[in-house]
Amino acid sequence: MAEYLSTWIVEAGWDGWGWLAYLLVALVYAALLLNVIAVGAVVFIWMERKISGRIQDRLGPTRTGGKFGWLQTLADGIKLLSKEDLMPGEADSFLFKVAPYVAFAAGFSAFMALPFSDGWVALHLNIGIFFLLAVLGMEVFGVLLAGYASGSKWSLFGAMRQAAQTVSYEVPLGMCLVIPVMICGTMDLVSIGNQQSGLFTNWLIFHDPFTFMIFWVYFACGIASVNRAPFDLAEAESELVAGFLTEYSGIRWSLFFMAEYGSMFLVSGLAAILFFGGWNGPFPIFGIISEATGWSLESGVFATIARFGGLINFITKGVLGVTVMIWIRWSFPRLRIDQVITMCLKYCVPIAAFCFIGVLFWTGIVMPNVNSMLSIEAPSNHEDYTGRANIREGWVKDVDYTVSQHELSLAKKAGPKVLPEAEDDDAQEGDDDKKDGEQVEGNPDEPKVEVEVNKAAFNNLNNNASQPLLAQQESLSKKGAN
Amino acid sequence: MATAENSQTVEFDVRTDEMLVNMGPQHPSTHGVLRLVLRTDGEVISETTPHIGYLHRCAEKIGENLTPRQWVPYTDRMDYLAGMNMNLGWSLTVEKLMKYDLPDKARHTRVIISELNRIASHLVGMGTYGLDLGSFSPFLYAFREREKILDLLEDVCGARLTYSYITPGGMTADLPKGWTKKCNEFLDQFLPVIADYHALLTTNAIFVKRTANVGVMSAEMAIDYGCSGPVLRGSGVDYDLRRDGEERYTSLYDGYAFEVIVEKDGHYPKDHDYPNVPTDAVLGDSWHRFYVRMLEVIQSMDIIRQGIDFYESATGDWGTPMKISTKLPKGEAYLETECPRGQMGFYIVSDGTGPIPFRVRARSSCFSNLSVAPELCKGILIADIPSIIGSLDVVMGEIDR
Repeated sequence: MAEYLSTWIVEAGWDGWGWLAYLLVALVYAALLLNVIAVGAVVFIWMERKISGRIQDRLGPTRTGGKFGWLQTLADGIKLLSKEDLMPGEADSFLFKVAPYVAFAAGFSAFMALPFSDGWVALHLNIGIFFLLAVLGMEVFGVLLAGYASGSKWSLFGAMRQAAQTVSYEVPLGMCLVIPVMICGTMDLVSIGNQQSGLFTNWLIFHDPFTFMIFWVYFACGIASVNRAPFDLAEAESELVAGFLTEYSGIRWSLFFMAEYGSMFLVSGLAAILFFGGWNGPFPIFGIISEATGWSLESGVFATIARFGGLINFITKGVLGVTVMIWIRWSFPRLRIDQVITMCLKYCVPIAAFCFIGVLFWTGIVMPNVNSMLSIEAPSNHEDYTGRANIREGWVKDVDYTVSQHELSLAKKAGPKVLPEAEDDDAQEGDDDKKDGEQVEGNPDEPKVEVEVNKAAFNNLNNNASQPLLAQQESLSKKGAN
Repeated sequence: MATAENSQTVEFDVRTDEMLVNMGPQHPSTHGVLRLVLRTDGEVISETTPHIGYLHRCAEKIGENLTPRQWVPYTDRMDYLAGMNMNLGWSLTVEKLMKYDLPDKARHTRVIISELNRIASHLVGMGTYGLDLGSFSPFLYAFREREKILDLLEDVCGARLTYSYITPGGMTADLPKGWTKKCNEFLDQFLPVIADYHALLTTNAIFVKRTANVGVMSAEMAIDYGCSGPVLRGSGVDYDLRRDGEERYTSLYDGYAFEVIVEKDGHYPKDHDYPNVPTDAVLGDSWHRFYVRMLEVIQSMDIIRQGIDFYESATGDWGTPMKISTKLPKGEAYLETECPRGQMGFYIVSDGTGPIPFRVRARSSCFSNLSVAPELCKGILIADIPSIIGSLDVVMGEIDR
């Protein structure tokens, strides 16, 4: 969208104003995502109250906003906004104020790379998973700052627990994420989602027994990394009063809360993309319609409708994950800190490592999967879908980059000077090859230099080392003589 | 750990500061107003000192200015979760001084009511223990059933928490008509619910991990510290005042068949389908203390069923409550009863000059039970503090009086 707008602006004669399009689009995306988090948090908090109410034989909120109390969270939010801005006297005022924003910003920026449907992503990164994992880990900084800056001992305890827990659980979480990456051959979340289109048997959780196992490890680690029960040690109310949240109130407290619910959805959304086919439903309804009618799934009204369906699929899966988290929270007691770390290092890491090797061999020796055993072939929701292997290998193979008519016309207008540049941009693969070739050509020169350096280093070493050695030998012989 | 003996070690080892932390009196898991001063090195606790007295209301001194009948409401407010049992202890002590014998019907009424209150009290103990360990739902399941017991007790005496129903001389009223049927109905629907509690807490893997082998107290230690009730029996000491107490108290339970809940030769008395003891659990740990309470709920239900049968065929009336102005004979009396939290003793001295006693004292079970805390809470993690204090199930109103 940004590219289209920028070229349109340039075309309209506003040279040098192309950046405006990027700014506008960024603002639109940011506003959309902020709404996703804010509205998501409102809905999830309401859900949590309703579900916990039903679990505990209560009704939950019933009055605010009609029969089901769905405006309760909003009313609470207004109450929190109007609360007095309290800060303990011992607190480090700057860090105390900054901490909630750090925590919230981490959760928020992770949403940038989370695709909500086929191609519907604010920032299409080819290292989406890596980015998500890195940014999700940033949330701990906010908690640490909060615990340190509050000037309360209980807050400090909570922060240290959180730090220990999050840092340990990054390890198995990373290992769990590597497995889908290995199967799909890409870190691009959109591509991973599209590779699972077709029947639900294409979902990675049904890929082999190891991925089925690793999903549960991932979910446990995900709950631990977003600090939910039974791993909510950082805010364990029966031990640490409220942990790092002890001294927070009003809007600052609710920012932490929003960050928590945001990352809950993030973790379960990631689970949906990596293991449950993301925006692909269990049956490729749109693929079947497309095959029957010939309507395109790439562009046009039907494609938009299909992607909207995908969005609903994705959100349903994400919300289901959050519901399970809520269910777990209201059923289980809390673990102790040593048990949490034990579970991580003694169980999650080895199981993840075992599954990693298992998947490695499973894909290596091409074991049959559910699809090939049942010999099912269903039309895909994604037009490019030509089997997982083809997509996986796509990034190594030469890709036919087609230059759009619009870009061609631009290039022709600009004259011959632009054309080589455009070709270079489009044919990255060729470029890479050339670079490889250059390296090969340059090789004969380089080793010579290395050898020279090595010789010099070797001589130096010899000169330096020989003397102490000699001295040692001398002293030893003297001792022996004595 | 760095030690001061080796100065070099101190120099090169990373030494962290010890922190003094106040847990309470305004802390979610200290059951009221208990204050624990913890000396911590990171998450490890090296010393725990309980501080009490935040709920002291001079109950004993007030007792020396009121007649025994007037002091009954003050006993309600000691262990406010088991008011009936407090009333019973005081009433029996006064009756011992007066040498008054109860009619049969009143005896069975007292057994039914006090056992019913014992169930309610253990339900709170169980629910709050789950809360201490971070499990919220069992607490509400426990309170849902407790509400039904409170409804029954409300039918009896009009109050839901501070009953003042059992008084010296008998009761303030007979059980209402049709009450025993209601009580039986409650017991019938309550029995299957206990399986839920076992599923959510007793046998839950995380719960077992948090409680088994935590705060292990040997039988000798429990006896040395004067522990009583489920805390003592959880350590494997076969002692229950309902069987081993004074004649005046055990005679209430004449004709009742019940077994003291204590582990004998590795297993508990098995009348019902109880969950098995997990392999990690050691006799005397938090899990066993909790388990004894859970089994006592079922035991009390059996006693109530028997009591209702006895009550319906009993002769006599519900006793004649002592008048406020009744003159006390010269002498003294001390009696201990088995309350939900242990043995609660009341002591009364009268100089024979009027209706007001010369001295009134109460022996608190929770006070002795809590005195173990500094010993148990050494070298443990912070998270174990709620696990241990919760398993002792203290009520500050009874400790401070």
